[in-house]
Amino acid sequence: MGAGHTHKLYRDGASPVHALPAHCKLAAVFCFVLIVVATPRTAVWAFALHAVLLAAVAATARVPAGFLLKRLLIEVPFVAFAVLMPFVAEGPRTHVLGLDLSVSGLWGAWNILAKGTLGVAASVLLAATTELRQLLLGLQRLKMPPLLVQIASFMIRYGDVITDEMRRMRIARLSRGFEARGVRHWGVLAKSAGALFIRSYERGERVHLAMVSRGYTGTMPLLDATTATRTQWTRAAALPLAALAVCLLGWTL
Amino acid sequence: MHVPDGFINAPVSAAAGAVAAAAVAVSLRGARRELAGAGAGGGTGAERTAPLAGLVAAFIFAVQMLNFPVAAGTSGHLLGGALAAILVGPYTGVLCVSVVLLMQGVLFADGGLTALGINISDMALTTTVVAYGVFRLLVKVLPRTRRSVTVASFVAALLSVPAAAVCFTALYALGGTTDVPIGKVFTAMVGVHVLIGIGEAVITALTVGAVIAVRPDLVHGARGLTRPLELRASPLAAAPAAAPDRPAADQPAPVPAAPRRSARRLWLAGLAAALLCAGGLSYYASSSPDGLEKVAHDKGLDTRTEQHATADSPLADYSVKDIANPRLAGGLAGVIGVAATLAVGTGVFVVLRRRKAAAADAAPAVDAPAPAPAEQG
Repeated sequence: MGAGHTHKLYRDGASPVHALPAHCKLAAVFCFVLIVVATPRTAVWAFALHAVLLAAVAATARVPAGFLLKRLLIEVPFVAFAVLMPFVAEGPRTHVLGLDLSVSGLWGAWNILAKGTLGVAASVLLAATTELRQLLLGLQRLKMPPLLVQIASFMIRYGDVITDEMRRMRIARLSRGFEARGVRHWGVLAKSAGALFIRSYERGERVHLAMVSRGYTGTMPLLDATTATRTQWTRAAALPLAALAVCLLGWTL
Repeated sequence: MHVPDGFINAPVSAAAGAVAAAAVAVSLRGARRELAGAGAGGGTGAERTAPLAGLVAAFIFAVQMLNFPVAAGTSGHLLGGALAAILVGPYTGVLCVSVVLLMQGVLFADGGLTALGINISDMALTTTVVAYGVFRLLVKVLPRTRRSVTVASFVAALLSVPAAAVCFTALYALGGTTDVPIGKVFTAMVGVHVLIGIGEAVITALTVGAVIAVRPDLVHGARGLTRPLELRASPLAAAPAAAPDRPAADQPAPVPAAPRRSARRLWLAGLAAALLCAGGLSYYASSSPDGLEKVAHDKGLDTRTEQHATADSPLADYSVKDIANPRLAGGLAGVIGVAATLAVGTGVFVVLRRRKAAAADAAPAVDAPAPAPAEQG
């Protein structure tokens, strides 16, 4: 069981960003996103600077640009929504390339695009440089309730198992000549979903019994009590502090 | 409809985050109770929460990837809030969907980190609470059969998705970063989500039906539907075995007496509190419009909105028409409102109780939940 236990988003590496403790990185990313959201949308250059900061982090972490850009595609549904905004928003209107657009709508679309993209990029970088388990432990060290962290870690640990089970059900359906084409086939799919629920729940019961028989009492022992040193915190704080400077410049200029 | 960063402004995001944190805290405690009661084997309960809720969250995560083809290449997928609420109960449902959203936000960058509170209060809290409320109500009203559980889950899922859209629109009205008119947002969101809701409703109902057909004991919403197993003696030993069975069947009769008295006391206290609030405290209530009205007013939207159909009813705008003193008028209107609500509510309640009484001899025994373990801290 040595391989395959890292998620697809994680890129193994030995960069300074990888070496930082997870909770420092989590706090830094969260503060960064918060600052980006607080930046005034009229300061267009500020967002360019934010992007440069993220690019610097990506370069330090040796995450290739192609990887980052590919992961950014998750944002596409909201880009579509943002593109609609100039057409439906109210207020004074302007003409761009023969289209009748609302000025405030254009600003709104820009706002969502810029902030959303930066937020997604920051999260992608975090996931690319932090191991899953470390991420969860980091959340716990940031005072998230331990029970919630346990639930999340069970979800991650068995997510692939359940997804695989679903894939096997699909293969079983396909090999029996079933192909879902429309609404009429929903019954079969829903029965699969029901079976999947029963299997997941029963697996949960089995996992619980197996854990109880190994002495589980409701809390997980924390094996590696790593704490962050002052230098590590300072390094992690570099990104949000730089972003804060940009944000303040954006408000004053 | 994962909301990205920058869509809703910071104060509203922070407020939604606080709401979401409170909801998750409450559901952590509630889920401990729900999942402890679920098992036949019992156990002390608290340590069952993490594995079971984790696996249910994994199930929701997986089932969101199950594609349901609609027509001509388009397909939809389940959102899962209503399904989770009905299958494992509202608290566990909120918890599991929240965990799924959290992981999607942190790992897959699906939904912004600062918008996490909005996403949770919108997609986890609203859908689950609305779905479970509607579901419970319908299960009470409808006859106690499997089919009515399916019907109830259909309606619950159908309403839960537009409810989330309404919640989103309200959040947008409070803190949207673009001044798209609220009316347009509302129409678009609710319109689209009614369609999505139909799909969600069909899939949820079918899935719940499939689970009930195999393991009705696992469906939280269908608890009390199945009769508890009863001991049947073989025909050879029928005569001696029948006698001890009888008292057991009559046993539940004295039990409801105790809750009834406390229910009446609760009812009276609630009535007193409601009347006090309506008649007394409304003196001091702010007369400024509520948030949505304010935004609509500020944006000049309400010039277009048509007058409410009952605008010239004697109770319009929460005050009685022909009474000059505004405080007295407001208080009186409050009292009348409470009385009217109470009358309607009691009417529904009486009808329900009659139905229940009629159904009681058909299915007498309701399996009591296992005694909750003592909460520790």
